[in-house]
Amino acid sequence: MLRIKDLTVNYGGINALRSISLDVPDGKIVTLIGANGAGKSTTLRTISGLVKAASGSITWNDQELIGKPIDSIVSSGIAMAPEGRRVFADLTTLENLRIGAYLRTDKDQIEKDIEWVYSLFPRLKERSWQYAGTLSGGEQQMLAVGRALMSKPKLLMLDEPSLGLAPLVVQDIFKIIRVLNEQGVTVLLVEQNANMALKIADLAYVLETGSITLSGSGEELLTNPQVKEAYLGKKN
Amino acid sequence: MKILLPYILSGVSVGGQYALIAIGYTMVYGILRLINFAHGDVFMVAGLVMVYLAASTPLYIAIPATILITVALGFTIERVAYKPLRTAPRMSVMISAIGVSYLIQNLTLYITGGLNKNYPEIPWISDKITIFGTTTTRVTLITPFLTVALCLILVWIINHTKIGMAMRAVSKDFETSQLMGIRINSVISATFVIGSFLAAVGSVLFFTNYPGIVPTSGSMPGLKAFVAAVFGGIGSIPGAVIGAFIIGICESLIKGLDTILVTQGVMASPFGFATFSDAFTFVLLIVILVFKPTGLFGEKQTDKV
Repeated sequence: MLRIKDLTVNYGGINALRSISLDVPDGKIVTLIGANGAGKSTTLRTISGLVKAASGSITWNDQELIGKPIDSIVSSGIAMAPEGRRVFADLTTLENLRIGAYLRTDKDQIEKDIEWVYSLFPRLKERSWQYAGTLSGGEQQMLAVGRALMSKPKLLMLDEPSLGLAPLVVQDIFKIIRVLNEQGVTVLLVEQNANMALKIADLAYVLETGSITLSGSGEELLTNPQVKEAYLGKKN
Repeated sequence: MKILLPYILSGVSVGGQYALIAIGYTMVYGILRLINFAHGDVFMVAGLVMVYLAASTPLYIAIPATILITVALGFTIERVAYKPLRTAPRMSVMISAIGVSYLIQNLTLYITGGLNKNYPEIPWISDKITIFGTTTTRVTLITPFLTVALCLILVWIINHTKIGMAMRAVSKDFETSQLMGIRINSVISATFVIGSFLAAVGSVLFFTNYPGIVPTSGSMPGLKAFVAAVFGGIGSIPGAVIGAFIIGICESLIKGLDTILVTQGVMASPFGFATFSDAFTFVLLIVILVFKPTGLFGEKQTDKV
């Protein structure tokens, strides 16, 4: 279980997060929704150790994560597929997956996990020897997720996986998120596509300018009038 | 052809020595986008260390010890002068590199008193040999082969090992590499270690051909290796090697142009082309920057299909 308590982050002179608290229970899909600049990405980046917190705490199975080096956060079982996919363009698809397993030493199991990722995303297998930079946007997103999975995370953080993708591709990605969750991976999902995210989420938080303004189950927020108007584009 | 041969031989040899330095420039640039101005001086220090060590220890200890000390120097420079500036603007790191370069030159000036230090004679490799009727030293012949062999090993490391894969990843995206659990500082250190190792090997081969070393001995070979790296496309290892060989051969041919033209009867008396051999390298730099700023094998944008 990941627990964030009173987390404050200052980013380039701005209060990116103002004392937020949230829980990501094991085995659930939790989503953070909100407008641009609300602090969604900053939350994920702080958990992964890329951004330093000003105050507060982030505990992962009762271990404090703040102040830990990024590689030890990764090896403790937290992986992130960053916003904009950020695949290594001049590494092949296969190398991108291998680098996801950078901290692992169990060679045989790594080979099995590559096959597992290929079974989740058969398209990637066809593109195994292709440079990641030549893949389509959807394939790159699949690769970014697959790469994150190669560290065998217990918590998978996805930053805007639907960004810039065709609706059908987005549906595929969300299907996979569900499948992964059923296989026991906890998912923390940041999305602008609030409709898709809330449908899939067990638990959802709404972020507005660095503060959490609403929280509840995905269904609750889907029917919440404020959420409907602000994020789902529906007038009551 | 026969008259060209000695110049081509020595050109290939000096080209190989430039290549060993150029790889250090190109690798560091590839990862940090930094032109490590101190690299030529590290090369010079390798030469000086060899001078001092060879005076008191046998060569089979002096050479490996020189390489080790040079590697330690390269590693330390990165940790002390560049690592603290990791998040600073690129220009600050560049200025730090210039500072390190002058610091090293002035420290060695202080230690040596600016006097020319005689480079030790390394028996076997400085022996004279005759090839196709041309007399040369063994080092001239060994250098290109050693250079190419070391490059092939390096390229293999980069393409087929875990640390090589990490280097390729870090050179493109620090942040995402960190998300993979890669410790970027270790990868950057590894880059400096490799670059300094090759510079140390290059310095043994290079200075064997010269009578001695002064604190500025690293500047010219360093600059030429840098031009070679730019010519080949900075960031590309094969590019740096090919660029270095081309520059070495051209330089050597220009140095011999007077003799060649006079003996061929083209000119009655020498014109003094040799004076322009260094100038040629830098004219080449300007021409490359004007017509092909990314060099022979410079980074291309990957096109989506």
